[in-house]
Amino acid sequence: MRSTPEIDARTGLEKLATYPYQVATWIDETGYPLSVAVEARIDPVAGTARFVAPAGLAIPTANDISLTGSHIRPQPGYGYDERRHVTVWGPALVEDGIVAVRGTSAWGWDEAEVPFFEYSERSVGKSRRYFDALSAERGTPVKPRLSFGFLTLRSTRLPFLTATLVPVVLGIVIAARQGSFDLVAALLTIVGACLVHLGLNVSNDVFDTLQGADDANVTPTQFSGGSRVIQYGLVSLRQMAALSTLFYVLAGLIGLGLLAMRGSTALLVIGIVGIIVSLGYTAPPLKFVYRGLGEIAVALGFGPFMLVGAYVVQTRGALSWEPFAASIPVALLVALILYVNEIPDRRGDAHAGKRTLPVRFSRGAVIAGYNLAAGAAYVALVVAVVVGLLPVPALLMLLTIPLALQVSRGLEPNYDNPYGLMAVMGVNVKLHLLAGLALLAGYAVALVAGAVAPGVDLFIG
Amino acid sequence: MAPMPEPVLRLLDAALVGELTVIDRSGRPVTYPLIPLWDGEKVYLTSSTLFSRKLEHIRTDARVSLSITDPVAVGGATDRATIQGDARVIEEDPHGGWERLLPIWEKKEPSIVYFLKARVALPLFFERALIEITPRRVLYWADGDAAVAPVVAMLAEEAA
Repeated sequence: MRSTPEIDARTGLEKLATYPYQVATWIDETGYPLSVAVEARIDPVAGTARFVAPAGLAIPTANDISLTGSHIRPQPGYGYDERRHVTVWGPALVEDGIVAVRGTSAWGWDEAEVPFFEYSERSVGKSRRYFDALSAERGTPVKPRLSFGFLTLRSTRLPFLTATLVPVVLGIVIAARQGSFDLVAALLTIVGACLVHLGLNVSNDVFDTLQGADDANVTPTQFSGGSRVIQYGLVSLRQMAALSTLFYVLAGLIGLGLLAMRGSTALLVIGIVGIIVSLGYTAPPLKFVYRGLGEIAVALGFGPFMLVGAYVVQTRGALSWEPFAASIPVALLVALILYVNEIPDRRGDAHAGKRTLPVRFSRGAVIAGYNLAAGAAYVALVVAVVVGLLPVPALLMLLTIPLALQVSRGLEPNYDNPYGLMAVMGVNVKLHLLAGLALLAGYAVALVAGAVAPGVDLFIG
Repeated sequence: MAPMPEPVLRLLDAALVGELTVIDRSGRPVTYPLIPLWDGEKVYLTSSTLFSRKLEHIRTDARVSLSITDPVAVGGATDRATIQGDARVIEEDPHGGWERLLPIWEKKEPSIVYFLKARVALPLFFERALIEITPRRVLYWADGDAAVAPVVAMLAEEAA
C-alpha cells in the first residue's frame, strides 16, 4: 500500500500553478535549507516554472531545488481546514536574473482529494516502522498506547453491545409478560450473550487481520473496518486471540450454568449453533461474511438466537411463536447495520477476497436491498400484530420509520464517500436501537396493562 | 545566543502554519507544512508517528529551515521570514511527552484539546515526536518581497 502521495511532475506543476505564490527552497552554501517566497510563472506543458531570482541569495544550479505551494484556511477559535500542499523538484538554471526550474518529480497532499483519515490510515505502516526502529534503538519494545478504558472500548467495540441488549432484553420481557421471569437467569443471560458478542467482535478482528481484510481497508470509520487495534500496534494479534478465547470460554461457562439451572434442549441447540455462527462469521472454514452470508449470520445470531434464546432460558425450554415473530424485525434491522457498514469497506474487502453483498452487487442493487429489507422489517411487525402474535403497542416501532427513510436517502449521495457515510451509519445504528426500545416500550405497556387491567387484551384476535 | 528579532517573534506567535524543510538522504530539500510553536527560546514542531519520515531525515541531517510565508496563516501580515537552525528529535515518550507544548498549540488550534480527549478515535495521530529547532540564522523580508534582499541576523554559530 503506497502511503507517500507521490505525483508526476506535470500534475505537480499544475497544482503548484493554483497557489498565489510558491516557496523556493534549496540547500545553501552553508549546507542548510533556505526558503524564499516567490511568484513563479508555471507552464505545466513545458514542465517548467520561472521566477525572478531573489535578491542577495545565490540559487545553486548543481543540485535540485524545490518549489512548494501550501494552503490552509484558518478557522478562528477552532483551528483550520482546507489543507493542501505540493512540492515540485528539479534542476534550476539562472539566466538574466530569471530562475527556470524544470520539474522532474513531485509530491503533495490535498485533503479534498484524500481525506485526512484515509491519509492517516495509509500512513499506518510508517508509524509501525517508527516504533520498530525506536524499539530496536532502545533494545526494549516501544509501542503506541491508549488508556485502559479507551483500549477496552476500542478493542472490544463495546458500544455495539446494544445489538445484543435489544434482542436479549426483549426475549426476557416477552417471557415475563407470559409469566416466566427469573432475575438471576436473566442477568446471566445478558452477561453471557454480551460475552459472545464481545468474543465475536474480537475474533472478527483476529480473522480479518489473518485474512488481510483489515490491512487492505484504508477507509475505516468508527462503525466499519474493525477496531484497528492490531493494525495500530496497540494490541498484538496473539493478545486479541487470547481475549476472544477468554470471552467465548466465559460465555460457554455461563451457558453451561444456565443449562444446569434452566435445562432445555432448545437452549442447548441455540447455544451451540449460536457460538458456531458467531465464530464462523469470519473464522475459516465457514467465514460466512467472506461468502456474502454475513447478513444472514448476523440476522440469525442477533435476531432469533439471541431473542428466542433469552426467552427459552426464562421459560425453561417452552417455545412459542411470539418471540420468534418479535425477532424478525430486530434481525432485519441488525443485519442492515452490517449491510450498510460494509459499503465503505467494499474496496478493501474485495481486495482481500471478502465477498460481502456490497462487493457483489451494484450500487443501485445495494440501495434497493436496503429499502427492501428495512421495509420488510416494518411489514413483518405489522403482520405479526395483525395476526395477534405481537401486542398492538409494539406498533410504536413504526415511529422509527423516518430514521429508516433518513438512512435510505443518505445512501445514494454518500455511497462513495466513507466519511460522509459515517453519519448515515450512525443513524442506522440508532434505528436498530430505537426500534428495539420501541418494541420494549410496547411490551412495557402490555405488561403494565396486564397488571392494572387484566381484562384488557392488547393482542388482536 | 542572540535574541530572535522582534518581527520574527511576532510571525512565530501568529503563524498557524510554517514550512519546515529538512534534507533527505539524497541531499534534496523536503518541505512539510507544520504548526510552529515558540517557547521563548526555541522553535518546536510536533510530528505524528504516522508522518515520521521527516524525523528520519532529521536524524540523518540536523540542518533544517522553517519559513513563515503565508499571509493568510499569520492574520494578514505581509512580512516573511526563514529561520535556519539545527533540529533535534525528542521522542522519549511519544505518547505524552509532546503534551508539554499543548498550551502553546492550543492557542493556535483551540480544537486540539477536544481532539486529544477523543484520542481513542485516532490513536496514532497523538503518538508524536517533538522537533526542537535551535535557531542559527534568520532571514527577514519586511515587505515579503524577494526582490529586496533580506535582513539577515545570526543568532548562533554553525553547529560543529
